[in-house]
Amino acid sequence: MGSQTPLLNIEKLHAGIDGVEILKGIDLKINEGEIHAIMGRNGSGKTTTANVVMGHPDYEVDSGKVTLSGTDLLNLEPWERARSGVFLSFQYPQSVPGLQVGNFLRKSVSSVLGEDFAKGSEFRDKLKSSIEELGIPRSFLSRYVNDGFSGGEKKRFEILQLMLLRPKLAILDETDSGLDIDGIKTVAAGIKASIKGTTSGALIITHYSRILEHVKPDKVHVLIGGEIVATGGYELAIELEEKGYDWLKNK
Amino acid sequence: MNLKKRVTIGSKINNLGDNMAINEEARDAVGDYKAGWHDPENSTIRFDFGLSEKVVRDISALKEEPEWMTEYRVKAYNQFKDRPMPSWGNSEVLQEIDFEKICYYLRSSDSTEKDWEDVPDDIRNTFDRLGIPEAEQKWLSGVTAQYESEAVYHSIREDLESQGVIFLDMDSGLKSYPELVKKWFCSVVPYTDNKFAALNTAVWSGGSFIYVPKGVTVEMPVQAYFRINAKNMGQFERTLIIADEGSSIHYVEGCTAPTYSTDSLHSAVVELVALPGSHIRYSTIQNWSANVYNLVTKRGIAHENATIEWVDGNIGSKLTMKYPAVILKGEGAHAEVISVAYSGKGQHQDAGAKIHHLASNTTSKILSKSISKNGGRGSYRGLVKVSPKAENCKLNVVCDALILDEDSRSDTYPTMEVSNPSARCEHEASVSKVSDDQIFYLMSRGHSEEEALAMIVNGFFEPFTKELPMEYAVELNQLMALEMEGSIG
Repeated sequence: MGSQTPLLNIEKLHAGIDGVEILKGIDLKINEGEIHAIMGRNGSGKTTTANVVMGHPDYEVDSGKVTLSGTDLLNLEPWERARSGVFLSFQYPQSVPGLQVGNFLRKSVSSVLGEDFAKGSEFRDKLKSSIEELGIPRSFLSRYVNDGFSGGEKKRFEILQLMLLRPKLAILDETDSGLDIDGIKTVAAGIKASIKGTTSGALIITHYSRILEHVKPDKVHVLIGGEIVATGGYELAIELEEKGYDWLKNK
Repeated sequence: MNLKKRVTIGSKINNLGDNMAINEEARDAVGDYKAGWHDPENSTIRFDFGLSEKVVRDISALKEEPEWMTEYRVKAYNQFKDRPMPSWGNSEVLQEIDFEKICYYLRSSDSTEKDWEDVPDDIRNTFDRLGIPEAEQKWLSGVTAQYESEAVYHSIREDLESQGVIFLDMDSGLKSYPELVKKWFCSVVPYTDNKFAALNTAVWSGGSFIYVPKGVTVEMPVQAYFRINAKNMGQFERTLIIADEGSSIHYVEGCTAPTYSTDSLHSAVVELVALPGSHIRYSTIQNWSANVYNLVTKRGIAHENATIEWVDGNIGSKLTMKYPAVILKGEGAHAEVISVAYSGKGQHQDAGAKIHHLASNTTSKILSKSISKNGGRGSYRGLVKVSPKAENCKLNVVCDALILDEDSRSDTYPTMEVSNPSARCEHEASVSKVSDDQIFYLMSRGHSEEEALAMIVNGFFEPFTKELPMEYAVELNQLMALEMEGSIG
């Protein structure tokens, strides 16, 4: 495994916003088929990491490297990254009043995977089976994107997009927040189905071990002050839940 | 009368002799255009530029109109002449209109055509580019396409005819049904209403005349296309729709105009009469080129339990001032005005609605959406009035504006005059901007920045678009996507 090109490779990444450095040298490698988790307090740089990999224009990259299967991502526009296979499930998905969910999904699949994937029965079948898996009613498709959605509906909708867009790399930014236990189970199943046993990978950003209990990540990283201070297996997540973050800080 | 085959270069043009460009344009107007989107005008009759009582009488004489119509025209002309320009709206831009540089009558085809095959080739070319024949197949139950001042093509589907529906261009309507026209003409919009309604009444030409008999439902949208194709050519169409008791009709019109170098005036009047229990929906999309003054008076009267709906989309033009109105005259009548306006560079859309609750238990709804971009200006101007005797009226006004950049502007001038305390009034207004996070969210799903913006803009218009026949909805979405091109960075 050591010689293969990692799916996601982040090297010595320094980045920030409004002239303030938030990420202070991040290194992270995710191989195909792996699910990693990042845990950390608010303000530790989790969402910044997600936004920088997706290419949010407000964030500045000072130095470092981010590649997807060896391809440099940092020079690409966000939509080019999406078309190369990066997906971000947003912590706070934006609403677009008047844009119908069904149309939006079809257009997005067409943009990311190509027109052929958005046509005909294949798309319809995949859409139908995905909404069933996520427990989303059909009427949902004629609503407007995230407009008036509950917290849980927003998160399910993000996972629905994940399932339809079939990215190489899925980043899930606090997708479990605002979900009840059943929601977490459903979402976790959606993530697993999209990643495990495929050539894709995922990076799950979370505060809680519960979702990880269902997903069983290959690695858990702890982010403090813009640096990864510890990396371990699923058991690290449980330890963090019990002991908090301070013991790591003092290490 | 020796008006036939008279060409356009009149004395007024020559008086402007120091301006060679105008002379050349005038010459162009009767010959072939070398470039652009103009078709040869083929004018058989064209009046001099400028307006006088003689021109008004000549128009009427040429059309062989009854005496009462001629008198209407002359009275309206005097009204127009004596009345000052409106001092509200965009009065600065209104002052730029030079009524002497406008030609008030032009007929490009000798008779009204009934069969599409008989329409002259160059005119058909123009319509082909507008996609009319195809549209007809899919949507039309009758077509009247206004080419310059008069309808050249007119077909009524047999099922409409057999139901007794009258669907004619206004000139033919006056010829064939003079009593019906006399009864309702100017009954909704009197020529004393405003300066431009007076102008239209004086020089009107073309437009549609529709009568739907008692209890008849016209199921497919009836469509008409309008287009200005002559420089400095004012278009003054006049439309009158009468829905008899318990009948129902949906009328759709779409306008596009190519770009011209000189200013053009479009000043239509539309009158709707909804008799008890009837339903009229009038849908319009106008896409005028950026030099057109679009000053239109649209009004309907709704009798007992009748419904009038205006669905009104305004894109382009230099200045649009348009406030579709409904007078709720009979008890239980209902009015809806759904409008969108898009203003780009150098454009001002001053649009809105006017509703007058005269009778009890009447209800109304106004939804107005405007987008301004590249320094464009969108204004909502609305008036809702409830008369003292009108009990238990309900009215709802929502106006939303979306501003796409710092240079653009949006204003709201809502007025409610409620003189009966039993009325239930709701009013909401919002102004929003597109946020970076919204754009980023859509870009993260594979959409370019322009596509993302178009999605947001089309979403904003969606409450309007969904009211349109599908073909129009698709067209509007495409138009907006085109407008968003090149708008980034």
